[in-house]
Amino acid sequence: MRFLSLEPIRILLYLVGICAFVGANAAYLVLAERKIAGRIQRRPGPNEAGYGGWLQPVADGIKLLVKQVMVPPGTDGLLYRLAPLMVMAPPLICLAVVPFGEDLVARNINVGLLLVFSLGSVNVMALMLGGWASRNKYSVISAARVVSQNVAYEIPMLLVVITMLLATGTLNLNEIIRQQAGWFWHWNILRGIWTLTNPLIPVTFVIFFICMLAETNRAPFDMAEAESELVAGAFTEYGGMGFGVFFMAEYANIVVGCSLATVLFFGGWQSPIGILSGPIWGPLWFLGKMYALIFVVIWIRWTFPRTQFYGLLNLSWKILIPLSLFTLLLSGALITLTKLL
Amino acid sequence: MKPSIEQLTEAFSCLAGPVPAEVTAPSWPVAVYTVDANLKGYHFDAAVSPAQVVTAAEILDRFGFGLDAVTGVDWIAQNEMEVVYDYFHPEINLRVVVRTRVPRASPELPTISPVFPGANWHERETHDFFGIRFLGHPNLTPFLLPEDADFHPLRKDYQP
Amino acid sequence: MIVRKESIPPGPSGEAPSETFVLNLGPQHPAAHGVLRVLMTMDGEWITKAEPVIGYIHRMHEKMGENRTWAQFLPNTSRIDYLSAMHYTHAFVGAVERAAKIEVPPRAEYVRVITSELNRIASHMVWWGAMLADLGGLTPFLYAFDDRELILDLLEGICGARLTYCYYRFGGLCNDIDDDFVQGTRAFVKHMPPRLKMYRDLVTDNIILRKRLTGIGPISAEMCRKYGATGPVIRGSGVAYDVRKIEPYSVYPQFDFKIPTYPECDSMARYLVRMDEMEQSLRIIEQALDQLPAGPVMGKVPRVLKLPPGDYCYAVEAARGRFMVRIVSDGKDTPYRVKLRTPSFSNLSLYEEASKGMILPDALAMMGSLDLVIPDIDR
Repeated sequence: MRFLSLEPIRILLYLVGICAFVGANAAYLVLAERKIAGRIQRRPGPNEAGYGGWLQPVADGIKLLVKQVMVPPGTDGLLYRLAPLMVMAPPLICLAVVPFGEDLVARNINVGLLLVFSLGSVNVMALMLGGWASRNKYSVISAARVVSQNVAYEIPMLLVVITMLLATGTLNLNEIIRQQAGWFWHWNILRGIWTLTNPLIPVTFVIFFICMLAETNRAPFDMAEAESELVAGAFTEYGGMGFGVFFMAEYANIVVGCSLATVLFFGGWQSPIGILSGPIWGPLWFLGKMYALIFVVIWIRWTFPRTQFYGLLNLSWKILIPLSLFTLLLSGALITLTKLL
Repeated sequence: MKPSIEQLTEAFSCLAGPVPAEVTAPSWPVAVYTVDANLKGYHFDAAVSPAQVVTAAEILDRFGFGLDAVTGVDWIAQNEMEVVYDYFHPEINLRVVVRTRVPRASPELPTISPVFPGANWHERETHDFFGIRFLGHPNLTPFLLPEDADFHPLRKDYQP
Repeated sequence: MIVRKESIPPGPSGEAPSETFVLNLGPQHPAAHGVLRVLMTMDGEWITKAEPVIGYIHRMHEKMGENRTWAQFLPNTSRIDYLSAMHYTHAFVGAVERAAKIEVPPRAEYVRVITSELNRIASHMVWWGAMLADLGGLTPFLYAFDDRELILDLLEGICGARLTYCYYRFGGLCNDIDDDFVQGTRAFVKHMPPRLKMYRDLVTDNIILRKRLTGIGPISAEMCRKYGATGPVIRGSGVAYDVRKIEPYSVYPQFDFKIPTYPECDSMARYLVRMDEMEQSLRIIEQALDQLPAGPVMGKVPRVLKLPPGDYCYAVEAARGRFMVRIVSDGKDTPYRVKLRTPSFSNLSLYEEASKGMILPDALAMMGSLDLVIPDIDR
């Protein structure tokens, strides 16, 4: 037992666990998406492989693994191979600082929030490299769109996070969760309303959610992979496991985004009713809230059509940025007021 | 604007007269008929010479007609090809057909695409099927047939 | 908000257009409604020239018409535009009946109207689902096909085919309809209005769809007239041109229905025209079922059908616009020439001019709103 509490062994176990968690999530979230899409469209979704389709991800995984990994001639070999790696690495690193339970965090660093958001931008670069290196006009157009879209949506996202920072006062994710102890109205999303520290936090949450959808290139902001226009966008020239890695990375990014929303707004591993907490219940609450948010993300994708590109950018630059600036200033003003009084 | 058959007859009768010398004239005079629509499906039939199709199109454009179709018929027994222009009117029930004939050996007539841009595609298709050349057409390349096709399938002497 | 670039800004050293590249929206593409190739010369995301290249599904129905007898050509008519096949058969049958002066009994005419209008609704459901799938909303497609299945089941009961019906014959119909069909159609007419209302609330009033279609792809009435564009394209530009009202045929004068027209000329107008047309079709079907007379469904037709020499035409309002058949007969039992004037051909011919300077997603939304079926263009 002492062997297991050695720091390097602990980190190693956590890393293996995180990789396994991301892998399992990527595989089974694809199935969940297809089944939920099926139900929204009034059809059953995959139900052939295994009982009720549970072996479908295994079948898909085997199919992708046995495909020939082909590098198309004329592409930039290094960048082409590097892009899937760069797209998969950030979510794995981000999950090392997200606390799934009170003690269930790989490395509880004091600047956890900063780490997560600094790695979020690497996603943009990876998609751009993938699109550029593919030497395909569709991919290049898609890469250009991805860059504009992600840059435009990072700004309101960071403004929102700074607003939450003002409310919580710390960048340590576990600490943020500890501040939300109690019943569900102690969670950050509702706490601001009745304590009058910042009544606009639900608006902040909506802005954060929209920005998260845009950062992970999910519909209705999936211009980068608009299937009906650009075939598969930046991933057009990737086949087999390269494509599989991009796909997994998209779901890993969704997991990171939703877990962050849970931590910042919904109390992380805190129980909503005060009791039923502890080392077993904590992670269960965390995962429950995270999966509920992922369900909403999937639901939105199959309900709305896509916006146009300039509509998307207009939404960010003309609506979300002013709104998030306003909530930031309001938070600052209210905190200063409460300090003065 | 809602034209009547009388107005059309009057406008087309001004086309009667000698055909310009530089166009090889078929043996048709300009003729204008009012037709039983229940039997034929159109109301007004004008037979013009090939040089006058553009003027006919301009007259109908002034009256507010829309272009329905341009097509050809290969009358191999008479050694002529007929080009038929159908027009419909968006406001009243008045269908006009303008027809002309060109010799089979050198089927050429001016294009009406400056007047009705929609004729661009119809004439290209007629060229594809019959080999009729529309002088002044910007792009008379194969349209429905493969790009390297040099045959005209709807001719009666076409052998596949 | 920029929706159209009137001129391309000069390059850095002041010369005219900066680099353009040719994007081939190839014949295999999820957004082209069939095998249509569009060669787009693009400056970044703006289109400088979009040239449709057609002919990938050209089967030469017009030549086939010359090699078959009048009756043998009937199956061909369904395959020109398979989504609204009843209308196309109606036009050909109508032209021959007009020329040979064949009397059609009133019951057959009413059944023709009912089946044509059911087919119009089915075709518009496919258009709606496919257009929204182009725009990224993949769910309404499944709902539309749910409703369409009901229509297809009804039509399969009377003519045996789900898509390429060959139900009309010269002089009437090939079989009579039965009570199952009448009751099924009445049930369908009751089932549809709540569904259309649901689609209006969930999809038509969706803010993203509205932003995607309003003001996009303006086509003026003058352009429609010059290019011969008909159907919802011209009705979405403010001109109330519908062959059923302007050049009435069959028993359409007996029914009371409106022609939906929207003056805005944009994609949203064309969208709303088609959605309203479905409601009007339901009205026509209901009135036709109420007025359906009893009697025979087949008139007297000579054994070997030969038409008097001359040319004849007949036009109908198909789901996509005005479909006209022009037949030239020389007295034999095979046609001398069959000309099929299809609506999608004329509707697409204005695309090159109308899409100049548009941005790519808008150009694709406009193409979706034109409701193209490529076999209709290529025949």
